[in-house]
Order: sequence, then C-alpha cells, then structure tokens
Amino acid sequence: MQINWFTVVAQILNFLILVWLMKKYLYKPILQAIDEREKKIAAELADAKSKVAKAKIEQDEFQKKNDAFDQHKKKMMDGVTGDAEKERQKLLDAAKTEAAAVKHKLEEASKELQESLNEQFLQKTQEEVLSITKKALSELASTNLEEQTVHVFIRNIKAISAKDKKQFTDAFHAGSALSIKSAFELPEKEQKSIKTAIAEVLGPDIKYAFETDPKMVSGIELVTKGYKLSWSFAAYISSLEKSMASSAKEPLKAVKK
Amino acid sequence: MNLTPDQTVFWSRGFITINLTIVTSWGIMLFMVIGAKLVTRKLKTTHKISRWQCMLEMIVTGIKDQIQEVGLENPGEYIGFIGTLFLFIAMCNFWIILPWYEPPTGSLSTTAALAIAVFLAVPFFGIQKSGFLAYLKTYVKPTFIMLPFNIISELSRTLALAIRLFGNIMSGGMIIAILLSISPLFIPIVMKALGLLTGMVQAYIFSILATVYIAAAVQESIKKKKLIHQKTN
Repeated sequence: MQINWFTVVAQILNFLILVWLMKKYLYKPILQAIDEREKKIAAELADAKSKVAKAKIEQDEFQKKNDAFDQHKKKMMDGVTGDAEKERQKLLDAAKTEAAAVKHKLEEASKELQESLNEQFLQKTQEEVLSITKKALSELASTNLEEQTVHVFIRNIKAISAKDKKQFTDAFHAGSALSIKSAFELPEKEQKSIKTAIAEVLGPDIKYAFETDPKMVSGIELVTKGYKLSWSFAAYISSLEKSMASSAKEPLKAVKK
Repeated sequence: MNLTPDQTVFWSRGFITINLTIVTSWGIMLFMVIGAKLVTRKLKTTHKISRWQCMLEMIVTGIKDQIQEVGLENPGEYIGFIGTLFLFIAMCNFWIILPWYEPPTGSLSTTAALAIAVFLAVPFFGIQKSGFLAYLKTYVKPTFIMLPFNIISELSRTLALAIRLFGNIMSGGMIIAILLSISPLFIPIVMKALGLLTGMVQAYIFSILATVYIAAAVQESIKKKKLIHQKTN
C-alpha cells in the first residue's frame, strides 16, 4: 500500500482538467438548456394564464351578450306572438265576416233561384192551366175563355161594393185616363161591354186605354190612379203557387230536422 | 497479484511513471468528455428532448439538488467540482463490471489525489466567499485553543476520505480476485454486483462529504454576512 507521488500529482492535474472540461461541455450547456426551458415554460404559463384571463373576460362578455340577446329575443318573441295572435284573430274575424257574407249571398242566390224557379213554375202552371181551361171552356160551353173572362170581369164591376165604388170613383176623378190591361187583345164587342159596365159606375165621357200584357196569362185588370180592379187566373194560380211553395218547403224542413 | 493498479507500470523515466492508474483515468476522462460533448452538441430547449439529454439533465439536476440540500445556496458555483468528483469516482467504479478492469479508485494515489483536491477546494471556496483572513479566523473558533484540533480535523478527514474510498474499492477488487481463484463461476458475478453498489455508494459518500466540508467553510462567511446585514438594518 504505497503512494506514488507522481501519480498523486498527475491525478490531481487530471482531475482539475476534467473539472474544467466537464464544466465546459456538460454542466454549463445542460444548466443553460434547463434554464432556457424553464424560462420558456414560465413564459408559456404566463401567456396561458393571460389567455385564460382574457378568455374568461370574453366568456363573461359573451355570456352577458347572450343573456341580453335571450332577453331581447324573448321580448321580441312575446311581441311577435302577441301580434300574430292579434293578426290571427283579425284574419279569423275577417274570414268569419266573409264567410257570413258569402253564406248570406249564397242564401240570397238560393232564394233568388228558388223564386225564379217558382216564378217559372208559376208561369208554366198558369200557361198550362190557361191552356187547359181554354180548351175545357171552349169544348164545354162553346165559347172562348176570353169571353168568359170579360163576363166575369163585368160581373165583378157590377157587383162592386159601395165602399169600393167610392174609392174607384175618387181615384178615377183624381186621374185622367182609365187603363185596362188584358192578357189578350180584347175584341170590339168585349171592349164595348166593358165600357158600358164602367159607364154605369163612373158615368159617360171616359177615356179608355186598352193594353195587352202577355205576362198576365189570362185575365183583365182595370187600373186608375190609386185603384186597381182585376180578375185573372193569377189569383187562383197565386193560391196554387203558395200551396205548391209550402209543399216544396216541406221536404226541406224534413231534411233540416 | 497487484494490490493497486499503480504497480502496473507502462513507462517510467526517473520520477515520471505512466502506470495503469493514470492510463485508466485518461480513458475514463476521455469517455466522459466525449460523451458529454456528443450529448450536449444537440441540446434542445423545447419540451421534447432526446433520451441522452434527459438522462444527463436528470444527473445534473440531481447533483444540483443534492448540493442545495446540503446547504450551499448557489449550487451552480460548486457543481463543477462536486459533480465532477462524483461522476469521476462513479465512472471509475462503474466499469468494474468489465473483466480485468482495475479501477483507478483502487489506487491510494488516486484517492489521495482526490482527497487533496477536496482539502484544497475547501479553503479555496471558503476564501472566495469570505476572504483570506476571515477564512483563517474560522480555525481559531470558538477559541484559539481549538486551532490545533481544527488543523488535525482537516488533515484527518482528508486522510479518512482517501483511505475510505481506497479501502472499499480495493477490498472489493481483492474479494473478487480471491473468489475467482476459489470459485470461478457465479459467485464473482454476485460480488461484482455488490462491488458496483459499493462503488456508487462510495462515490456518493465521497462527494457528499466534500460538499459538507465546503458548505461548512462557506457557511461561516454566509453567517457572517447575515449578521452584518442584520446589524446594518
């Protein structure tokens, strides 16, 4: 166990050289790298922290905006819903009114149609009845319907009541001409008979105006201002019409029930 | 059988002797320097680093933390000396796993050289920190009577450092050599593993004791500075 003093000195020198070399090539660069990394990490952490803070601020701001937006949206939605409800009610009311108008119009049209049909039916019935009556009267009494009509009309004039006569007279004196309408053109003989019958009530010197109205189907009508005396099949046919109309409504009522 | 690698002489002229201890030390130095140079050539400061860099960083920061734990405030100043001390002894002891390798630490000359280096480093760092006179005054504390004891303590601990390391490593080598002659299979492997452990522990003990001695020398100046600072405040 000897000590070699040259080796001791050499090893001291070796060690010192190694210390210098290791300082240069190991500790310095490694510690420097660690320091730099730590600085970098610290910077990154600080950056991250600032970003987090910034993000928090932005998040708060966003939240605030979001809340405000939600409130605004709710308010608007409430407003729009209210408006829509009002508009819906308005449209509904308008539609109801329109529907009522259309219904009314439809009813009117239906009524008009019904009336038109009734009128046509009446016209047709009158014509048919007149034709049948004409034929029947001519075949049965050997005289035509016009003659019979005139006879009945004259009889009616003669059988006028005192009250009606007064009315007739007053009305005639108020006006100037006496209009006699008939469904057919009256022959001279019949006109004369009528004139005679009227003269018995009103007296002579009367201006007569004989007119023909095919719409009347059959009958005679005496018209002066405010007074009207007539006889025609229309009265009978009107009764028939009423009877038919009531019988026509019967099934409708049954359906309604 | 050689007790130390000093006895294996390659070249000699007068006082100058190139023996196995010196040659092995050069080899280890070369290995350490080249290894350090290679790893630190491509150092990265990003999060992703190479395995070698990671290993070296772990070693360096480990040494730094140890120095700091002992009580030296600025470990960067001492890591060159203490770290190299540890790494050199550890490297010398590590290669005992190789057959026919004789560690330089198994030579009393090497351990004495390292102990002398520590013996010189203690006043060097002490004077560097607190000044020549202030450092010398630490030898006469707490009283003048303590001066011879302090000097004896300095010398004896240096001697203890040298003998401890040499004794442990040399004995390990001796045991392996004896066992090889008795039972050449298996048992020497176990003993080598044990020797490796002992070698690492001795490297740690040597360097930590050196740190403690330096810290003791430096602490005096630190305490003094703190006192002055408190008084001025």
